[in-house]
Amino acid sequence: MPAPIRLRELIRTIRTARTQAEEREMIQKECAAIRSSFREEDNTYRCRNVAKLLYMHMLGYPAHFGQLECLKLIASQKFTDKRIGYLGAMLLLDERQDVHLLMTNCIKNDLNHSTQYVQGLALCTLGCMGSSEMCRDLAGEVEKLLKTSNSYLRKKAALCAVHVIRKVPELMEMFLPATKNLLNEKNHGVLHTSVVLLTEMCERSPDMLAHFRKVSLVPQLVRILKNLIMSGYSPEHDVSGISDPFLQVRILRLLRILGRNDDDSSEAMNDILAQVATNTETSKNVGNAILYETVLTIMDIKSESGLRVLAINILGRFLLNNDKNIRYVALTSLLKTVQTDHNAVQRHRSTIVDCLKDLDVSIKRRAMELSFALVNGNNVRGMMKELLYFLDSCEPEFKADCASGIFLAAEKYAPSKRWHIDTIMRVLTTAGSYVRDDAVPNLIQLITNSVEMHAYTVQRLYKAILGDYSQQPLVQVASWCIGEYGDLLVSGQCEEEEPIQVTEDEVLDILESVLISNMSASVTRGYALTAIMKLSTRFTCTVNRIKKVVSIYGSSIDVELQQRAVEYNALFKKYDHMRPALLERMPVMEKVTTNGPTEIVQTNGETEPAVLETKPPPSGLPPAGQANDLLDLLGGSDITPVIPTAPTSKPAFAGGELLDLLGDLNLTGSPVSAPAPQIAQPPFLLDGLPSQPLFNDIAAGIPSITAYNKNGLKIDFTFERSNTNPSVTVITIQASNSTEQDMTDFVFQAAVPKTFQLQLLSPSSSVIPAFNSGTITQVIKVLNPQKQQLRMRIKLTYNHKGSAMQDLAEVNNFPPQSWQ
Amino acid sequence: MRFMLLFSRQGKLRLQKWYLATADRDKKKMVRELMQVVLARKPKMCSFLEWRDLKVVYKRYASLYFCCAIEGQDNELITLELIHRYVELLDKYFGSVCELDIIFNFEKAYFILDEFVMGGEIQDTSKKSVLKAIEQADLLQEVRDLP
Repeated sequence: MPAPIRLRELIRTIRTARTQAEEREMIQKECAAIRSSFREEDNTYRCRNVAKLLYMHMLGYPAHFGQLECLKLIASQKFTDKRIGYLGAMLLLDERQDVHLLMTNCIKNDLNHSTQYVQGLALCTLGCMGSSEMCRDLAGEVEKLLKTSNSYLRKKAALCAVHVIRKVPELMEMFLPATKNLLNEKNHGVLHTSVVLLTEMCERSPDMLAHFRKVSLVPQLVRILKNLIMSGYSPEHDVSGISDPFLQVRILRLLRILGRNDDDSSEAMNDILAQVATNTETSKNVGNAILYETVLTIMDIKSESGLRVLAINILGRFLLNNDKNIRYVALTSLLKTVQTDHNAVQRHRSTIVDCLKDLDVSIKRRAMELSFALVNGNNVRGMMKELLYFLDSCEPEFKADCASGIFLAAEKYAPSKRWHIDTIMRVLTTAGSYVRDDAVPNLIQLITNSVEMHAYTVQRLYKAILGDYSQQPLVQVASWCIGEYGDLLVSGQCEEEEPIQVTEDEVLDILESVLISNMSASVTRGYALTAIMKLSTRFTCTVNRIKKVVSIYGSSIDVELQQRAVEYNALFKKYDHMRPALLERMPVMEKVTTNGPTEIVQTNGETEPAVLETKPPPSGLPPAGQANDLLDLLGGSDITPVIPTAPTSKPAFAGGELLDLLGDLNLTGSPVSAPAPQIAQPPFLLDGLPSQPLFNDIAAGIPSITAYNKNGLKIDFTFERSNTNPSVTVITIQASNSTEQDMTDFVFQAAVPKTFQLQLLSPSSSVIPAFNSGTITQVIKVLNPQKQQLRMRIKLTYNHKGSAMQDLAEVNNFPPQSWQ
Repeated sequence: MRFMLLFSRQGKLRLQKWYLATADRDKKKMVRELMQVVLARKPKMCSFLEWRDLKVVYKRYASLYFCCAIEGQDNELITLELIHRYVELLDKYFGSVCELDIIFNFEKAYFILDEFVMGGEIQDTSKKSVLKAIEQADLLQEVRDLP
């Protein structure tokens, strides 16, 4: 067999390939040759072959058949072999494969090799990709090398130790003794890696942190840093006139960790930080890198106010720097400090706002976030002007966040209702299609509450959609308003601006266009239809037209529209006497806490908007018999302005079947058997519960229990209680399945004693995957006004391995903290 | 540092060094994605971007992009200096380094990187020291057995 071709030769050949297919052919040929060479156990050319394999691997071709060969190379005595072998191991093997464990012995031997470069290879490989087992086995060797006087090995051992600690944190202790003398070194390599090691230890363990504070690490670091700054020109470590910036930055970072929340340490480093902050050259990136790290440290430790102001001013100067990297970094840092040092950052507001016009997307985003953080009662008008302009001209990826931000800021700081409405209008018309869906109910609530602005609002909205009804959120809000305040529109009552002349027919025209248009989403159509319906009590001449429209949609293909139309039709026919009361003007709503754009909406698996029972209609409780029909009507999703982060979905109540099985325990929560108070069941949901994720102040501390554990099905209960309403306990159940087959159609039912009330929300799904690979979660709310001991009977039904399973159990091990 | 990539303007990978154990499949996906993002950047844009949960620092030297993915608390500006130092090392070693040098001597590029950075952190801040170590290691190689 001729000698395998050299690596460079192969590279040259492959590069001549003109097509992907040609390349693939060459690669396959060469791989075949390499494979036979491996089979022949050829020692001479193994190194060459593996090197070629690594090249092909980088091009994207599979190279796993070379893994064992790497191990053979590592075990070889030749340095060339070891070099390629270790490189191959780092590129082809990772801790997921069992193969790499075989390396452990080789590495151990090489760690004790007579040549430091071989030892270096071993340390490097272990330090880059050693698995936890390998680290455990070899930690002792690393620790030994950490104490050697050979600085070449010492620096590598330090970084290797960092990796070991990351993989096996329990081993941290064993490296502690060796750290005593690490910083006495003159060698910058050892210093740098030692600082990294100390940083890792302090970050991971509060005990270590306390220890290092005690052994005066801070003064030691301060001394080293001072030497770096004061010392003359040192060519070996100089970068653009600054002595070893890498080391300076790492020291500053370690100081940050030591000074955090610690007055004494912070005090000890105050001077050096001030010195670095004022004396570092800022003309090049290096200097700015050090300043940046200094600022981060100053802001994070307990520094005195003078120092903090100095830091913010440095950031302010950064903002004016020509280098966009520096500007970016400044904006990021300012964002972190804007909460704590608000006033100082405010001083740089105009520069920040200018950054909104920057060309770079990352800078724009930062500037936008920072601008929102800086809006307050004093500057809101000016800031909003800038932000609205930004909204107009920015890239689409920003528009949603910007719109949400503007809404939030406007709500908090609006100087007048009129300004507020105008701002909302501006956002809806400028970026109407980017507005988040959950902003719509929010806006509707806002508009409802601005009673004196109703006429103005509905007029402006009407004008807005007249020209263009493609922006869904805008159309939804407009439809709702027209439905509510259409009477004000046609009667021309607007005070704020010139009232327009609109006839009832024109209004209906636009609403019908929305209904018909292909651009309208299903939800939007729902809004429009309901709006038309509401106008039947507000308009006088066009009731017949409305009746006609409503009846047409009774046969709409869209199920949602059809249902509404049918119900509204029924309203015209059977319940006409109730229609005025039902369609009355919405009352002013309770101000519910708002969500920011980052609020995560929990929908419990349901995708429809919240079907939430709000306050009963102002016309009083209708007779109980018809309660359910009306509740259906009023539960229509567009008339629920309450923010949907409150628990959604139809409550699933313990079914009537349980009544049969449970003698003494009273079934609660069924809508049919319970008396009228069922309508008052909303207080259970809304009572004292903010719309934020519900709990919790006393959540921590209530132990969870395993309520059920049989046949591979395990159900755990975790508890949360509300501070504001102590008779409510929220139980989250988690059902998991340890068998080898999924459990499907899983239904969880529960019943509680007479004095309790129970509400089950919808489960996350009905399938529990096998092998504990996933869970079903479901929320149960228990009302326990008499603080009785909690007991529960549960019924579980599911399909498993082809048969229907069912089980009953009692849960009696509720911890006292969950009901006392 | 989580990982470092070197790639050409045409999207050809020239070096990949991972400092966190990742499955091969995921590595490929990440590389493809990140290359796309970085190559789409315009020249006037800043050298930093957010990608997934990491910060990415990149710099273009002639036809090669040097790309580092760092963690939240790492200093972006000093990472730029790290990249520059690596390029300087390559330059000193190869004598006016160009992309072809790295293509044909990729294993040496790795050796140099591994002498400069370990586990994502810098081993030695002295250019001279790193170069000397490489030089000495090269001397240990059995000339007949070079790949």
